[in-house]
Amino acid sequence: MSPSPLREGLVLNTSLTETLSVALLAGVLACALVRPWGWPEAVVAVPAALVLLGTGVISLDQARSVAQRLGPVIGFLAAVLVLAQLSDDEGLFRACGSWMARAAAGRPRRLLLAVFVLASVVTAVLSLDAAVVLLTPVVFATAARLGARPRPHVYACTHLANTASLLLPVSNLTNLLAFAASGLSFTRFAALMALPWLVAIGAEYAVFRRFFASDLDAGAEAPLAAEAPDVPVFVLAVVACTLAGFALASAAGVNPAWAALAGTAVLAARGLAQRRTTPAAIARAANVPFLLFVLALGIVVRAVVDNGLAGALGHLVPADITLPSLLATAVLSAVLANVINNLPAVLVLLPLAAPVGPGAVLAVLLGANIGPNLTYAGSLATLLWRRIAREHDSGVDLGEFTRLGLLTVPAALILAVLALWASLHVIGG
Amino acid sequence: MPEPVPVTVIAWIVEGTWPACVDAAATHAPEGADIVLLHVTGPDVPGAAHGAYAGLLGRGRPERDPGSRLQELAATSAQRLQRAAADRLGRPCRGLERSGRIEREVVATAEGAGLLIVARDGDRSHLGPRSLSPATRFVVDHAPCAVLLVWPEAAPAVATIPPPPPGPPRPPE
Repeated sequence: MSPSPLREGLVLNTSLTETLSVALLAGVLACALVRPWGWPEAVVAVPAALVLLGTGVISLDQARSVAQRLGPVIGFLAAVLVLAQLSDDEGLFRACGSWMARAAAGRPRRLLLAVFVLASVVTAVLSLDAAVVLLTPVVFATAARLGARPRPHVYACTHLANTASLLLPVSNLTNLLAFAASGLSFTRFAALMALPWLVAIGAEYAVFRRFFASDLDAGAEAPLAAEAPDVPVFVLAVVACTLAGFALASAAGVNPAWAALAGTAVLAARGLAQRRTTPAAIARAANVPFLLFVLALGIVVRAVVDNGLAGALGHLVPADITLPSLLATAVLSAVLANVINNLPAVLVLLPLAAPVGPGAVLAVLLGANIGPNLTYAGSLATLLWRRIAREHDSGVDLGEFTRLGLLTVPAALILAVLALWASLHVIGG
Repeated sequence: MPEPVPVTVIAWIVEGTWPACVDAAATHAPEGADIVLLHVTGPDVPGAAHGAYAGLLGRGRPERDPGSRLQELAATSAQRLQRAAADRLGRPCRGLERSGRIEREVVATAEGAGLLIVARDGDRSHLGPRSLSPATRFVVDHAPCAVLLVWPEAAPAVATIPPPPPGPPRPPE
């Protein structure tokens, strides 16, 4: 029996839509890596999403459901980005430098411990962007001021921006996406991730102390005079209240993004009143092109997932949350994150993991957040492009980055999965 | 008769261990020597920050890249270190700031020098093994001139040397 013409047309259509959506995703990701002519990533991602809508590859209803799911996530993300920038304007990160210098008391190993504590807390509360962009220079300046070799401390900050971003939904954009898909409350998410967070940080710390032993033994000087840091009381209080607001909102069944928005509004009002910031600076901190990129990427990925990828990858995500299944999910996510980037990896894996349950979603996060430390630029694709473009990379010892990654990532990932499995058993998914 | 060319003595100054090298230069460099205080800034620390920022997909805004800020901070910190070292030496000297793969830059600079002064910077709790970090080991191994290797603090006692491995079994007498 020959296939009916209708059936043939449908097959052709399906393969066409599949090809188009995969090609557009590849284009969006390639442009996000390469940033031709310095364009914001949204310049390519938004038209790509519009093409998928215009050609009917993704229906208006599907796009609307993506926008409805991602809208609050993006609002939350914007609030946290602005909150971190306003905290910096208020002197929070300067104060972090003074605390670290005092805690170190001229001893590099104590400085490393202080960096671990602060970088973990900053990442968890103000997100990994804050740790990378705002805290890393402070950590370097503090090490230099103490005459300590900066390498272990700066590497710690960049590693923890990934590893310590497991704790709260606000710590990482990947978490915000997973949080929206998991159906977990804010406090339940944090409770389930607390043990994996601690264990993964502990694994990093143990490796760092040995890996950088000679840099840490080289010594340092005690800070000149006991400089008493100005404690930025106001911003600390606002951040603490925002954190409490997350828990309260979650208990009251309100989206915790409102708490982030409230904290940001308070700091913004004060910053504007004291002329420490301007409306334009606040808008810049919210990084609207980035928010548009996230929305457009979400729509493009949805098209790819709906047009075949779900079927192709579906059997790779285990359908239960036994220990081996959690481990397999986390490793799959880490591998995918290392090939392209953890953001598209999470967008692809979430629709597959969400039906399995919150445990599987959190396992995806363990892989996506810890995994990027394996390659120094977060993924092989980024690394490859930076090598081709010779961006800032002349002479960087990739061997050392990779050795450190090979020592930390598998250990942190396996221990974190064990901790998640234990948490799921004790607290329940 | 042509004037003798002054011997060049290079003190490699590194965060944490530099005072010992400067003190050794003050003690061992002959009168009139051309003393060079060499500091090398490696690309890896700003590189780690560049890499971390590159891993944040979609943020755009290259002016926010913390690696560039670290490069500026590293330059300032190197100048401060050079000044502190010159003050401690208290003799005529010149500072030399290089950037690149640290161990290779040190070896390249040492070509034609009379003496290179290097501090131990590995595990210094006892004499021997691993009292040199990998970079310092490379420099000592490859130096194209005489090397003076100093302890940043008083050397540990000889009794701290780990016991020798058991010898091969002796043939029965």
